[in-house]
Amino acid sequence: MSTEENIVQELVKNFGYLENKVRLARPRRLFLDVDLAHFEEVFAYAVQKLKFSHLISITGLDEQDNLSFLYHLAQKGVMLNIKTSAPKDNPVIKTVMSYFPGAEIYERELVDLFGAKVEGLPAGNRYPLTDDWPAGEFPLRKDWKGGHSDA
Amino acid sequence: MHDSDKFKIPMGPQHPALKEPESFSVALRGEKILGVEIRLGYNHRGVEKACEDRTYTQDVYLIERVCGICSHSHSTCFVQAVEEIAGLAVPKRALYIRTLIAELERVHSHLLWLGVAGHEIGFDTLLMYTWRDREVVMDLLALLTGNRVNYGMNTIGGVRRDITAEQAAEVLKGMDILEERTKYYIEVATQETSIIKRLSGVGKLYYPDALKLDAVGPTARASDVDRDTRRDDPYAAYPEMAFDVITDSNSDVYGRTVVRVKELMEAYKIVRQCLKNMPDGPIAVKAPRKIPAGEAVSRYEAPRGEDMHYVKSNGTEKPERVKVRAPTLANVQAVKHMLKDRYLADMPIVIAAIDPCFSCTDRLVSVQQLDNDAHQVLTWQALHEYSIEWHRSRGTDFTALNKKLSKAIG
Repeated sequence: MSTEENIVQELVKNFGYLENKVRLARPRRLFLDVDLAHFEEVFAYAVQKLKFSHLISITGLDEQDNLSFLYHLAQKGVMLNIKTSAPKDNPVIKTVMSYFPGAEIYERELVDLFGAKVEGLPAGNRYPLTDDWPAGEFPLRKDWKGGHSDA
Repeated sequence: MHDSDKFKIPMGPQHPALKEPESFSVALRGEKILGVEIRLGYNHRGVEKACEDRTYTQDVYLIERVCGICSHSHSTCFVQAVEEIAGLAVPKRALYIRTLIAELERVHSHLLWLGVAGHEIGFDTLLMYTWRDREVVMDLLALLTGNRVNYGMNTIGGVRRDITAEQAAEVLKGMDILEERTKYYIEVATQETSIIKRLSGVGKLYYPDALKLDAVGPTARASDVDRDTRRDDPYAAYPEMAFDVITDSNSDVYGRTVVRVKELMEAYKIVRQCLKNMPDGPIAVKAPRKIPAGEAVSRYEAPRGEDMHYVKSNGTEKPERVKVRAPTLANVQAVKHMLKDRYLADMPIVIAAIDPCFSCTDRLVSVQQLDNDAHQVLTWQALHEYSIEWHRSRGTDFTALNKKLSKAIG
């Protein structure tokens, strides 16, 4: 059995709700969907037990009523992409800085470009938008079309 | 931060030419750095959003312009993701050509870096030599692609230009020249006491911190992190290439120098293998205009480290989402750590040593004494001169070495 198949089995064995939620897209590419309530335990397990010790980035996605967050983890060549979602009207997620201090910049990007609210993210410089960027304007949301807002 | 002996020095962000002009706000006590705050995003161009409004083909050209040096890195990383979603079988010859251009790009980038590093420590003869030698590879890239940068080689499904036997012969000649030069640079880097003395122990990033801060590329490998996407998550023709992943345990700017000069030798090895084993056949398959719904993550070992692109498609001719994570964003986190408790005079070389997409000229350094609003504006050049002078007064002087090397190579 391949390493990737082992990982799928391990995950499903430990977290029954992940049945049919882990997808091996191709060798070295795993995708996993988990609801927000279970995100932290699955993420912690992946990092600590399965040794996905490298966070490459976090991708934000605007999926109509929800904002989704795709955490790109790697264990050498194998990638585990963990996706979780939060309602767009209250997109609260928790920081993963306790696992990866370097996650700070990726989480700030989610705050600026998607309007995510990241609990536990320390105060600091914003990234990547300017300090005078108007509040409530999130460029990577689908309904944001650019140009000037008079509001 | 308001004690009379503490200064806060904002550096940057002015730098119109570069992808990610950063601003470092440095808190100092005397000559020592207490802490660094980094403000990024001054040149955020909204490329990801722009990709959603363009077709996949247009995006290849836009993505290629994410970086002026790693242009082929970004375009390859992007097309790989799209090809995976579309299920395209890219011809082997195209994969070999992509790999060839990738390694020539690495050679150009590493030689450029070596020159910048030399300049930042006052070893300008090294800058002159490496940039002269870099012209060899720039000419080869222009010969193969028509351009010195932004090569426009990639398309979804393959590459846009084939390589002729005559071109291959020219590339091989160039590799022989560069290999000789690089052997000399390895000798200089590993034997010249002033280089070793000047770079050793500067910008320390120990193994656990490199891992914890998710450093990538030569920056991580110089801290003994044995990680290289070309070997670990192979793409293009790398599964068929024999090469060594260079690591070093010095965990400082010296280690980062050794890793890069040795990686040049590996790049020549890969270039030769590409040309020797390149299969005949087509260089592209036709890609559909509309890409079926799906998603893919692509990784690529750019000269500065791992690049990652995520592409999500929705069945139309335009992507739903494109995400780019360039290596500098990963490494800039480690810079804070490297600078803490170090001397201000080491700042130029420590920043330059992650090989960020900036740090050459025109950078303003504004020095502010917090307690009395005294404000002084320095240029990057002035900080550079301060750094050279600071080390010279402490016995590290490249004047003699500059002269000696000028005679060594005609």
